[in-house]
Amino acid sequence: MTHWRAQAARRFLPWLLPLLIVVLWQVSVSTGWLSSRVMPAPAAVIEAGWRLGSSGELFYHLGVSFRRAIIGFAIGGGIGLALGMISGLSRWGEYLLDSTVQMVRNIPHLALIPLVILWFGIDETAKIFLVVLGTAFPIYLNTFHGIRSIDRNLMEMARSYGLTGWPLFIHVILPGAMPSILVGVRYSLGLMWLTLIVSETISASEGIGYLAMNAREFLQTDVVVLSILLYAALGKLADEAARYLERRWLRWNPAYATGAAA
Amino acid sequence: MSTQSLHLREVSRHQDHTVPSNTDDRTAPGLALSLDAVDKSFGEHRVLKQIDLEIPSGQIVAIVGRSGCGKSTLLRIIAGLESHSGGHIHTGDGARTGNNATADQTRMMFQDDRLLPWKTVINNVGLGLSGNWKPRALEALAEVGLVDHADKWPAQLSGGQKQRVALARAMIHQPRLLLLDEPLGALDALTRLEMQQLIERLWQQHGFTILLVTHDVAEAVQLGDRVIVLESGVVGMDLPVSLARPREHASPGLAAMESTVLHRVLARESTDEPHHDERRHDTRAPLRWAL
Ligand SMILES: Nc1ncnc2c1ncn2[C@@H]1O[C@H](COP(=O)(O)OP(=O)(O)O)[C@@H](O)[C@H]1O
Ligand SMILES: [Mg+2]
Repeated sequence: MTHWRAQAARRFLPWLLPLLIVVLWQVSVSTGWLSSRVMPAPAAVIEAGWRLGSSGELFYHLGVSFRRAIIGFAIGGGIGLALGMISGLSRWGEYLLDSTVQMVRNIPHLALIPLVILWFGIDETAKIFLVVLGTAFPIYLNTFHGIRSIDRNLMEMARSYGLTGWPLFIHVILPGAMPSILVGVRYSLGLMWLTLIVSETISASEGIGYLAMNAREFLQTDVVVLSILLYAALGKLADEAARYLERRWLRWNPAYATGAAA
Repeated sequence: MSTQSLHLREVSRHQDHTVPSNTDDRTAPGLALSLDAVDKSFGEHRVLKQIDLEIPSGQIVAIVGRSGCGKSTLLRIIAGLESHSGGHIHTGDGARTGNNATADQTRMMFQDDRLLPWKTVINNVGLGLSGNWKPRALEALAEVGLVDHADKWPAQLSGGQKQRVALARAMIHQPRLLLLDEPLGALDALTRLEMQQLIERLWQQHGFTILLVTHDVAEAVQLGDRVIVLESGVVGMDLPVSLARPREHASPGLAAMESTVLHRVLARESTDEPHHDERRHDTRAPLRWAL
C-alpha cells in the first residue's frame, strides 16, 4: 500500500543522511585519511561513552549539568512568566516593567561572565545565575506578547458571559496566551543549554563542560566529542519535552493536533 | 421620529408559543425594552440620534440598514458592551440595561462565533457556569442538534455548526433577550435557512425577545414581527410584519413586504449624499439576497 510505504519513508528517511555521515566518518578515520588526533572514530567515541558510563563518571557529570539546567530554567522561566503576566495583564505593570526589562534584555547575558565570576566565584550559583538570565527573557517576551494578542472579541464575549478575575484568566487569558508562551519555553530551553555549555566550559569542577575541558588537557578527543554529543542529546531532549507540551496543551489547535514534524 | 403608532403589535404569533419549559420566578419570558432618546457619539461622529423604541416582551425585531448606519452600535449599547452618550434604556421591569441582572438575562451572538478554540464544544457551552452543568449543556446541544459533537474542538466544526454551538451557549442561560448581530451573515444560503428555522423554533419554545440585525431583507421579513430600517442613526421605517407563522419562504405576502423594505433602503441610497465605494457595495447586498 502506498500509505504504508509513505509511513515507512517518513520514519526512516530522516535517519539516512546521519547514518551515511557516521559511516563516512568511521571509514575516513580507519583508513587514516583523518587523524584521530583531530577527530576520533565513532567507534572510539562509543567506547569512551561505554568506559565513562560503566565507571559511573558519565552519569555523575550528566546529573550535575542536568540539575543546573533545570534549576536555572525553573527560576528563570518562573520569573519571566510572572513578569510577563504582570506586564501583560496590567497597563501599570507594563509601564513599570517593560522598558526596564527591554533594556536589560539587550545586554548579552554571557558578557556578564567576568562579573558573575567576581560575584559568585566559580561555584554553582554562578552557573545557575547565568541560566536564569538566559531563560527569563524569551519567556517574559512571549508571555507578554501572548497575553496582549488574545482576540479582543473573545475577551469581550467572556466578559459578557460573566467571566472576570481568576475564571477569566484560567479559561481565556492563559490558554489564549499558551501558544506564545510555549514558543518562549522552546526558545528558552535552547538558551538554557547554550548558557550552560559556555559557563561550564569556562569554569567548572564537575558537569559535562568540565568533562570536555578536562579531556582536552589530556588530548582525549574521544571524550571531547562525546561531551559535545551529550549536549546535543540533552538539547534534543529538552526540545522534545517542549514539543510534548505543545501537543498536549495545544491539542485544540489544528497546527499541533497531529504533532506534525517541524 | 415618532414610532409610537407602530408599537401596538397585531402580529398573530404562532399559537403554540408556550411558556419556557424551565419555568422560574421570572414574570414574562421575554424582556420588554424601552429606548428613550438614545444617543451615541464616537468623538465627533454621531452614530445614533435620539432613538426611541418600544419593544414589547417576546417580539422579534429585525433591524436592517446600510453598513455603518449604527446597527451594531445599537445592539452593543443594549447589551451593555458600549455606553451611550445620551438618553435612557429601560427594561420591562423598569431596570436600566447594563446592570448585572439585565446583563445576565441578555445574550448576544455575533457574525463570528466567538467560541473559545481551546475548549471542547461542551465546555464552550458551559462557559461561566458552575455546579453540575453538564446535563444542561447536553440538553442545550440537543436543542441545536449537536449532541454528537459535544467532545469535538471548534476547529473541527463547520461555520454553521459553530454558530449553532454559539446559540446553544446563549440558550443555556435562558436569556430573556437575545441580541443577534448578523449571526447568519457568514453562512451559505442553505445553512442560513436552517438556522432561521432553528432560531424561530427556539423562540417559539422559549418566548424570549429577539433583536436581529441582518443585511438580508428577506431574512428580516421572514423572521421579524417587525422590521426597522436604520438610516444613519435614526429609525427610518418601522414596519409591522403581521403574517402568520410558520411563514412560507418567499410567499407573495413576504415578497410584498420585502419589496417595501427594499424600496425604502434603496430609495435612501439614491437620495443620500454620495458614499465611497465600500458602502455602495454593502448597500447592494440586500438586493442580491432578495433576488
Ligand atoms: N469603537 C468605535 N470607535 C469609533 N467609531 C466607531 C466605533 N464603533 C463603530 N464606530 C462607527 O460607528 C458607525 C456605526 O458602526 P456600526 O454600528 O458598527 O455599523 P453597522 O450598522 O454596520 O453595524 C460607523 O461609522 C463606525 O465607523
Ligand atoms: Mg455591524
